[in-house]
Amino acid sequence: MKDALRGVLAGVALSALASGATAQEDAKLIVNGEIEMVTTTTAPEHLEGAFREIRSGWTFRTPETQALQMDDFENPAMIAVDRAQVVWDAVDGTEGNSCSSCHGTVDESMAGVRAVYPKWNEDAGEVRTLEMQINDCRENRMGAEPWDYGSTGMIDMTALISIPSRGMPVNVAIDGPAQSTWEKGKEIYYTRFGQLELACANCHEDNYDNLIRADHLSMGMTNGFPVYRLRNTRLNSTHQRFRGCIRDTRAETFAVGSPEFVALELYVASRGNGLSVEAPSVRN
Amino acid sequence: MRNLTTAIAAFLLAGSAYAEPVAPSDVVFEDGAIPVSLTGTPGDPVAGREVMIARGLGNCVACHTAEAYADVPFHGEVGPPLDFVGERWTEAELRGIIADAKMMFDGTIMPSFYKNAGYIRPGNAFTGKAAEGELPPLLSAQQVEDVVAYLMTIK
Ligand code: HEC
Ligand code: HEC
Repeated sequence: MKDALRGVLAGVALSALASGATAQEDAKLIVNGEIEMVTTTTAPEHLEGAFREIRSGWTFRTPETQALQMDDFENPAMIAVDRAQVVWDAVDGTEGNSCSSCHGTVDESMAGVRAVYPKWNEDAGEVRTLEMQINDCRENRMGAEPWDYGSTGMIDMTALISIPSRGMPVNVAIDGPAQSTWEKGKEIYYTRFGQLELACANCHEDNYDNLIRADHLSMGMTNGFPVYRLRNTRLNSTHQRFRGCIRDTRAETFAVGSPEFVALELYVASRGNGLSVEAPSVRN
Repeated sequence: MRNLTTAIAAFLLAGSAYAEPVAPSDVVFEDGAIPVSLTGTPGDPVAGREVMIARGLGNCVACHTAEAYADVPFHGEVGPPLDFVGERWTEAELRGIIADAKMMFDGTIMPSFYKNAGYIRPGNAFTGKAAEGELPPLLSAQQVEDVVAYLMTIK
C-alpha cells in the first residue's frame, strides 16, 4: 500500500523534476567511432535477487557528459594518459629499468590487464589492485621508491594501463583464493555505516536511477575508473570515490589503499563483470 | 552571569511546564509513534520548514519532494513525496517517524534524527574522521518538534 502510493506519486513528481537532468539511457557508447562499449548487460550470477541487468555509470549521465567520453580528443582524462606514457618509458631507480624495459609497449603488454584486476597474486598470497602491482614493480624490479597510493602519478599510470583494455568485459575472479577477500568486500558493501546509517547498497542497489537531492544515483560501478570528474576536474581512483561515498554517510572512512578498500574494490568490480572497461571515463 | 539570569527567567516564565527535553535514549515509542512532546514547547512550523530544507540540518529535501516547498530546488526521490502528509499521519506518528523512522518502517533507509548511539564507525560530521566522544543527535528535540509542526500543516 505504502509502496503503491509512493510509486504513483513519485512517478508524477519525477517526470516534472528530473527533466533537466535526464540521462540518455538508450544511447550507445562508441569511443572514437571504433571501440564499442557494453554499457548495459545481464547481471552476473552472484547478483541474483539484486539485479537482472547491470548498467554502467555512463548511462546515468547527461548527454553532454556522455559525449565527452565518445572522443579521446574531448576526454579530459587523456592528458593524464599522455603524462603517464612519458613515465612508462623513463628509467627510474637503482636497476636502470623503466616500465618498458620489462614490458615493452603498453598496447601489447597491458591488453586485458585492467579487466581482471583486482586479482589474486599467488606469490604474494594476496589480492592485488593495479596500484599494488605497480608499486611492486617499482620497488622490486626497478629499485625505485613506491608511489603514494592515491598520488596523481599513480592514478595517471592506472589510466594509461587501462587504455588497451577499453571495450573488453570486466572479468574479475571471485572464487578460489580470492573468495575470502570478496566475501569481506561484500560484507562492507551491505554494512550501514555512519550516523546516517547508509550502506553502499542503500544508494546503489535500492535507489539507482533515483535522484538524491541533485544527484542521479547510478549502480555505483567501477568499470570506468579511474574517472575524470567534472566536479573536481581531475582523475579519481576507486578508493577515492569509496572514501567520498562513506564520508557522506557521516562515517569514519577507511584509508585509500587499506585492506578494506582493496576487498571492497574486488567486490564492487565483480558486480560489474560483463560491462566494458571504460577507463579513463568521464563523470560529473 | 547574564546567561544564568536568562535561564532562571525562562524557568520562572515556563513555570511547571518547563522541563529538560527527553534524552534520545529515554524516548518511548508506541507502535513507532511518540505520543508525548519531546520538549513540552509547541513546534514552530516556520523553523521546521527551514530544518527540512537546510543541507546541514534535516536535508529532508534530499529524499522527499512536496508541493509545499516546490520553491526549493533539487528534490530527491528516495523517499515518498510528502504531499498531504499531515492528513495521512497523526502528530505522534510523525514525531516517531522523524525521531527514528526505523521504529515505524523496519529497516528503512531514512536516517534516525533523534538517536545518538548504535552506529557503525560514526564520523565527525562530514570530515571522514572518527567521531570524538558522544555524538549529538542529528536534530535537537525542539527541531524535531518544529518539523512535526510543519508537516502537520501539509494537508
Ligand atoms: C548517500 C548515498 C550514497 C551512498 C551510501 C554511497 N554512494 Fe556511491 N555515489 C553516490 C552518488 C550521489 C554518486 C554520484 C552519482 C552516481 O554515479 O551514482 C556516487 C557514485 C559512486 C561511484 C561512481 C560510479 C561511476 O560510474 O563513476 C561508485 C563506484 C560508488 N558510488 C560506489 C559506492 C560504494 C562502494 C559505496 C559504499 C562504500 C557507496 N558508493 C555508497 C551516493 C552514495
Ligand atoms: C536518505 C533518505 C531519507 C531522508 C534524508 C529522509 N527520509 Fe523520510 N523517508 C524515506 C523513506 C525511504 C521513507 C519511506 C519509508 C519506508 O518504507 O522505508 C520515508 C518516509 C517518511 C515519512 C512517511 C511518509 C509517508 O507518506 O508515508 C515522513 C513523514 C518522512 N519520511 C519525513 C522525513 C523528514 C521530515 C525528513 C528530514 C528531517 C526525512 N524524512 C528525511 C527516506 C528519507
